[in-house]
Amino acid sequence: MEKELLFITVIGKDRKGIVAKISTLLYEYDINIEDINQKIMDDYFVMIMLVDMKESKQSLERVRAELEKIGDTLQVKIQIQHEDIFKMMHRV
Amino acid sequence: MSISAEEVFETANMILRQNLDIRTTTLGINLKDCIDNDFGRFTDNVYQKILKHSLRLIREADKLEIKYGIPIVNKRISVTPISLIMETHCSKQSFVEMAKTLDRAAKDGGIDYIGGFGAFVQKGLTDSDRVLIESLPDVFASSDRVCSFLNVGTNVAGMNLDAINMLGHMLKETASKTKDAVGCAKFVAFANAPEDNPFMAGAYHGIGEPDTSLNIGVSGPGVVHSVVEKNRDCDLTQLSEIIKRTVFKVTRSGELIGRELAKNLNVPFGIVDISLAPTTAQGDSVANIIEAFGIESIGAHGTTMAVALLMDAVKKGGAMASGNVGGLSGTFIPVSEDSGMIEAVRKGALDLNKLEALTSVCSVGLDMFAIPGDTPAETINAIIADELAIGVINNKTTAVRVIPVPGKKAGESVDFGGLLGEAPVMDVNPYSARDFLKRGGRLPAPVTSMRN
Repeated sequence: MEKELLFITVIGKDRKGIVAKISTLLYEYDINIEDINQKIMDDYFVMIMLVDMKESKQSLERVRAELEKIGDTLQVKIQIQHEDIFKMMHRV
Repeated sequence: MSISAEEVFETANMILRQNLDIRTTTLGINLKDCIDNDFGRFTDNVYQKILKHSLRLIREADKLEIKYGIPIVNKRISVTPISLIMETHCSKQSFVEMAKTLDRAAKDGGIDYIGGFGAFVQKGLTDSDRVLIESLPDVFASSDRVCSFLNVGTNVAGMNLDAINMLGHMLKETASKTKDAVGCAKFVAFANAPEDNPFMAGAYHGIGEPDTSLNIGVSGPGVVHSVVEKNRDCDLTQLSEIIKRTVFKVTRSGELIGRELAKNLNVPFGIVDISLAPTTAQGDSVANIIEAFGIESIGAHGTTMAVALLMDAVKKGGAMASGNVGGLSGTFIPVSEDSGMIEAVRKGALDLNKLEALTSVCSVGLDMFAIPGDTPAETINAIIADELAIGVINNKTTAVRVIPVPGKKAGESVDFGGLLGEAPVMDVNPYSARDFLKRGGRLPAPVTSMRN
């Protein structure tokens, strides 16, 4: 089965528990983390995860809602987006 | 990762902080196959066809919004120009009934605006066209979501002054019959109206189009503003380059959503309209881009050149990004829908004369501006005629959306709320073109139209 790759982007202030909370949720939902990267950009803490949803039985809508809840608790912005939008915008 | 962290951040940041969105997905629907001798059956066919497509459009667009995390702000419908399908039911009452049907279908389908209640009259008026224009004040008074257009000029046919001469009275009556004159915000007079424009109020489903067709309008003044801000000192060529690169990315997101949405709806994908479309939201202003170029306020001398540069860079970036660029594709400078434009008018930096000059280098025209309610009808006609003459002679689309606000004087303001924003009432020239307009007839097509 082909992978279903999405990017999770976290933007905000660096806080304890960001990686822990998100990875716990992903584990519970059977979403595999393929890659993870974090750095400071434009004075923001930015963490980016590439995840594969092919084995997950959860709807993307649900995952998005749960991630937003974590974002609200930790006061960071969390986005999840299918990788095609990045390929389309950044690769000719 | 196949995509770098910087690239992921750039896209996420555009959406989260710079108001990047898909401004509109507009599904064009042919209504010619709904025509019936029985008017009740005719309106029922129209209602059913629009409702069926609307529900699917909303459902599928919502799915993509979740998949790509990009807001799809408006889901709209455009239809065959109504005058064409009403030839055999040509009474004011029937036109109003048809408008109510479209309004009901839009409301029941969850569509915010439905466009196409209009006609092509650049060379003359049919009975149906005439009745349509006469019915418009009642149409706007008895519907909320119906938008209307009138194409009164093209560069190959010239411009129909007799049709324009009907508009001032029509607009004044509309203004008096709708709250805050908001009906006038839903009417646009065009020269060279494009068949596949997804933006309201001028969207309609052209007669050269297939049965259905999906057109996309992207946006992104905030995104362009942000890169211009970061490049305060580069020269004009470099400035153009950075805008092109940014607009390329913005357009690609529209292309992606458009293609996938069309596929999921099983309808042909029409075009991406790459116009920069402002909203009154903080940081979503086209005027602020011009100001970030280094102009103290939009409207100052130098603005026309700045808008020309912006407009050209937007087109070049967009053209690289999509195989099907269409619609209006340029830069909108509506007054009421752009906080920077509103501010410039309030402080006296931007007047109607400069606004008209700007429209000669940018799409689309004099858009969403309010004038005093006691402006004579013939002066409104003259404003429309001037603006559309620019389009006819220069082989481009121009349009006018003018709102004469009853009881208001220059310097006052009218708040429409929502996307339509807030319009400061602008001064008009007190001298009249009455006797010139009274001549009527047609402005001949320019010599540049003879290309065969």
